[in-house]
Amino acid sequence: MEWFRKARAGLARQEKREIPDGLWTKCGGCGEIIYARELERRSWVCPSCEFHFRIGHQDYIRLILDDGALEEYDRGLVSQDPLQFKDKKKYPERITAAQQKTGLADAVVCGIGKIEQRPVSFSVMEFAFVGGSMGSVVGEKIARSIERAMTRRIPLVIVCCSGGARMQEGILSLMQMAKTSYLLAELAEMHIPYITVLTNPTTAGVMASYASLGDVIVAEPGAQLGFAGPRVIRETIRQELPPGFQSSEFFLEHGFLDRIVKRTELKSTIANLFQFLCGPTSGVNDPEGLRVKHQELETDTAE
Amino acid sequence: MGPGAYLEFEKPVLELEARIKDMQAFANDENVELTKEIVLLERKLEKLKRETFSSLTRWQRVQLARHPMRPYSRDYIERMTTGFISLHGDRAFGDDRALIGGPAILGDWPVMILGQQKGRTTKEKLANSFGMCHPEGYRKAMRLMRLAARFGRPIVILIDTPGAFPGIGAEERGQAEAIARNLRDMALLPVPVVIAIIGEGASGGALGIGVGDRIVMMENAWYSVISPEGCAAILWREAGAQNAPRAAESLKLAADDLIDLGIVDQIIPEPLGGAHRDAAEAASVLKAVLLDALVELSSLTVEELIARRRTKFRQMGVYAEDDTF
Ligand SMILES: [Zn+2]
Repeated sequence: MEWFRKARAGLARQEKREIPDGLWTKCGGCGEIIYARELERRSWVCPSCEFHFRIGHQDYIRLILDDGALEEYDRGLVSQDPLQFKDKKKYPERITAAQQKTGLADAVVCGIGKIEQRPVSFSVMEFAFVGGSMGSVVGEKIARSIERAMTRRIPLVIVCCSGGARMQEGILSLMQMAKTSYLLAELAEMHIPYITVLTNPTTAGVMASYASLGDVIVAEPGAQLGFAGPRVIRETIRQELPPGFQSSEFFLEHGFLDRIVKRTELKSTIANLFQFLCGPTSGVNDPEGLRVKHQELETDTAE
Repeated sequence: MGPGAYLEFEKPVLELEARIKDMQAFANDENVELTKEIVLLERKLEKLKRETFSSLTRWQRVQLARHPMRPYSRDYIERMTTGFISLHGDRAFGDDRALIGGPAILGDWPVMILGQQKGRTTKEKLANSFGMCHPEGYRKAMRLMRLAARFGRPIVILIDTPGAFPGIGAEERGQAEAIARNLRDMALLPVPVVIAIIGEGASGGALGIGVGDRIVMMENAWYSVISPEGCAAILWREAGAQNAPRAAESLKLAADDLIDLGIVDQIIPEPLGGAHRDAAEAASVLKAVLLDALVELSSLTVEELIARRRTKFRQMGVYAEDDTF
């Protein structure tokens, strides 16, 4: 698990600089110097060690959706300051700064796209926006995404990346866990398939709600997952945490992930799974002809 | 009362109470006439109690919610119900003692009653992880709720936790999954579910058994996305500990805040000074509120019940539209 410790150290460095701006960039996993173009071509996965650099919501849209096209909904939902939260920096100022940095109104982007020609309700979280934290806006947009899947009878995909519930909206953030999970109960009743993709990190309130409720749950390699933060655990139990604790590999081993999927294989894996999940008793309106197209997908026998 | 069994701001009240008691004992033993003096002191005590307890800060309420003498779930179950049969285990891994539950009679109602149990003695606290559930606790709760649903019995849930347990085993056994699954599966329970936050309601650890039709909260309980200490540690780093009172104010975690935010339906008044000052009275008020809720909810059809529960949670949140994005 030595590689994992290195990967974590690398991540901390990478956070300061979301996308490497130079021609060459150093891998957070193996330390190798890689040509940035090469990395970009490989979807920011290291060619030597397969370390997954953090990427943004637009990269996932390009990677997963046909033609990188998302018909976006609810783009203009914005946070309020219902608690008048007192902090060193005012909450509205934090939000404005994040909006200027990302061009987004809040930490999730939602809409309708296609995966191998199948329409899906698609949401992707953006870590660069206040750590991907979930307040009322994220909760509401996820809720509407679930409702879109139900009204249109199309599958749901959520790409998660979040440190958890947003503290500055207090109890309202906590309740977004209940709100989204509530609608997922209805989605499950309707037999509409739901796939969650966990990326680095997916923790706390998001992990303890919609991220953990997929019919199939996949994660990118080496992601930090889990409920409680490592610092809190260390302080509570007063012992060091084992290497690789709370990684994707850890949760796969303990039975809480269906599969670890490399970034470059996310799309084909999701498409293959939908071929199964959108079956005769599913609640999905399956357009004519999809079956044939999906048979052309590659078989994934890798472990 | 042992050391640490009272809060700083309670001290003047407790001292005056002790003085009155001493004086009464003295008057009785020595057969001295002190009625006038005692009446005066009692009047002073009433005034002091009103001054001390009528305008508590959020942080003082947090302290009352954690009061070492505060009634816990088991105290309320014993006082409110008859025939409680504690059931154990999640039928998967183990029995989490931080979560107690089983069938009982509340008034005329056979109910499934569940609660987080902190523990009074050191031994019990350790055995119960201070009221912090492991995944087994959430799964045990769900198992008991399903049992109630299968036999058409209402569910009463008492929340009192400093949070879900943060530990290696808890993560290995899927703390996040256990909470998430409860949030989803409690949504469609076909029986009335009444939630009472009786003490501490910390984060997902509380919400993990907190989805229901009526959410009531005791006057000095708190409920938030994070504990004041956790919030302060994030905002003020090393200086976090002394800033917990400020964080409590920022988080708006008191019962009347939660009414304003549309999360809680009703505040249950506590005896002046907190539930621990008169546990019998606190339990009888809580019981009356729970029974009212059961009467009202049981008049609904399952479809109406679930539709109302949906509306309740669907509307939670505050946001606006801005078309410049
Ligand atoms: Zn590498």
